[in-house]
Amino acid sequence: MSQLATAAWDRARDRVRRGDLGSAPVAVGLVLIAIVFSSLNQHFLSAENLTNLALQMAATGTIALGIIMVLLLGEIDLSAGSVSGLSAVVTTLLYVQSSWPAVLAVLAGLATAAVVGVLHGVMRTALAMPSFVVTLAGLIGWQGLLLYLLGSEGTINLPFDHGIATLSDTWLPPWLGWLVVVLLAGGHLAAALVVRARRVQAELPVPAAWLVALRSAGLAALLAVAVAVLNSDRGVPLTLVVFGGLVIVMDLVLRRTVFGRRIFAVGGNAEAARRAGINVTSIRVLAFVAASVLAAVGGILAASRLAAVNQSSGGSDILLMAIAAAVIGGTSLFGGRGRAHAALLGILVIQSITNGMLLLNVNSAIRFMVTAAVLAVSVAVDSLARRGATAGLH
Amino acid sequence: MTLEATDIAKTYGAVRALDGAHLTVRAGEVVALVGDNGAGKSTLVKVVSGAVQPDSGTVSFLGRPVRIHRPADAQALGITTVFQDLALCENLDVVANLFLGAEKRSWSVLGEVAMERTARDLLTSLDVRIRDVRAPVAMLSGGQRQSVAIARALLGEPKMVILDEPTAALGVEQTAQVLDLIRRLRERGLAVLLVSHNLADVRAVSDRVVVLRLGRNVADLETANASQEQIVAAITGATL
Repeated sequence: MSQLATAAWDRARDRVRRGDLGSAPVAVGLVLIAIVFSSLNQHFLSAENLTNLALQMAATGTIALGIIMVLLLGEIDLSAGSVSGLSAVVTTLLYVQSSWPAVLAVLAGLATAAVVGVLHGVMRTALAMPSFVVTLAGLIGWQGLLLYLLGSEGTINLPFDHGIATLSDTWLPPWLGWLVVVLLAGGHLAAALVVRARRVQAELPVPAAWLVALRSAGLAALLAVAVAVLNSDRGVPLTLVVFGGLVIVMDLVLRRTVFGRRIFAVGGNAEAARRAGINVTSIRVLAFVAASVLAAVGGILAASRLAAVNQSSGGSDILLMAIAAAVIGGTSLFGGRGRAHAALLGILVIQSITNGMLLLNVNSAIRFMVTAAVLAVSVAVDSLARRGATAGLH
Repeated sequence: MTLEATDIAKTYGAVRALDGAHLTVRAGEVVALVGDNGAGKSTLVKVVSGAVQPDSGTVSFLGRPVRIHRPADAQALGITTVFQDLALCENLDVVANLFLGAEKRSWSVLGEVAMERTARDLLTSLDVRIRDVRAPVAMLSGGQRQSVAIARALLGEPKMVILDEPTAALGVEQTAQVLDLIRRLRERGLAVLLVSHNLADVRAVSDRVVVLRLGRNVADLETANASQEQIVAAITGATL
């Protein structure tokens, strides 16, 4: 057992040596944020406030998830905010004014975003335009289309009591929240044990069984704390389930599927990927489609929470916060490095700061400056760790 | 005879890159292709690997005449080329790089266990030592990277491997590693075509040296019986 523990320790040390600090810095940052704000305002860590935090982060977090898809390719999507607003407006118009069923209206909003994503991808690949320019045009243009569709009204309200608006006012009953914990932790453990058994069968090195169990237990403990806190207020919000579900799905797609592997390959070395027979163009187009569709999901979540769309839907600082969240979570701007849960961690950091500052009645001038400092520090820690690692190599 | 290319000619505008060149490589033989810059080495390699169409000449592979129009044709025949710039993804681990573009999968899910098993077996059989096949390629030495690139070429079970300047960027010890690996390719019965500027490496590892000069063959020497001076003289066109 001590031998196996040593092996695990060696692996962790190797990762640190190559500058891969994983989620550790962000976790430390979150603990610091919690300590600072809870000491300044005892309400910060209350169940009610943490539930509000969960509600606040789902929309921008989902947009950040899409941003990660393009960042992994070394591209950027500046249009995500505008596209989120546009899709929300399309959905709302169809739902409220054309009386479409909610599901169809949402699907139409997502389809609009998919078309936008294809357009961005084709401009990036077939016309060889830099993604910065393509999506800068998108940022302006889709905002324009949003204003055009809204027309003179400027605001369209969603009915409070049914359909899309209730999405953000739906809470899992306590038992269902606990069932989710059991299923997720159990699924995690089962998957890890199956992989371990197959590796044993293939005579490959495996982590100790207790280590596998410990990881799943750690996940279970984290989820249990979260559900206990949320249940002591209104329950687990459905929007958090949607966001969390998307994070899990994207994590599995990126790490376990051929498509995900190819995303990383194109992001790491597009020429190598092309020579290996990978269709780089289709990977790029699909990434832009994924970014736009996830932005649309975020936009619809935001509209649901506000119970309205208006001229500032998808505007103001949403795009910048989504990009900041992806980067704070540990996604590289140069492609090939990052994970889906970066969106979750990053948005937790940003939304905690925002939420804490609002509790303290600090105005947004200070909030922006603090968020900027956190962004700068998180990227500095990451690049210093990496520079230290490469210096050690030569 | 694994590969037999005869009377290959290729002109680029007014430049006669190849002028009736020929090349043969047998199974289990390492043939070094040497020559000065502009002698036509690269063009000949490109003809065999499908990157360039010759103006005239015939290529036969395993005794049958073949037409190689595209790199994919060469791959399908069993001719694989390891280019000088390695075309590895540095952010991916060794296993992922070995299977890049040809991932084992069921439906769309990666078959990681099967890929890692095959990767470890392949690297062991080639005596390539890499401590952690799950570490990103960025962490490997130049020799290890070259070894990974060559190992990747072997996954398609080729009959012939073309190595373009495999030791150009390597230090002494890492060059020795790669030369050992080339010897093991020969032991596996592969036909190996080695393009190199480094005559020390050529003499250390090859069975035969083919010298090109101005697009023509000027010498075909048994490495064991050829002196360094003979090879240099053939390359430069000087008479001894």
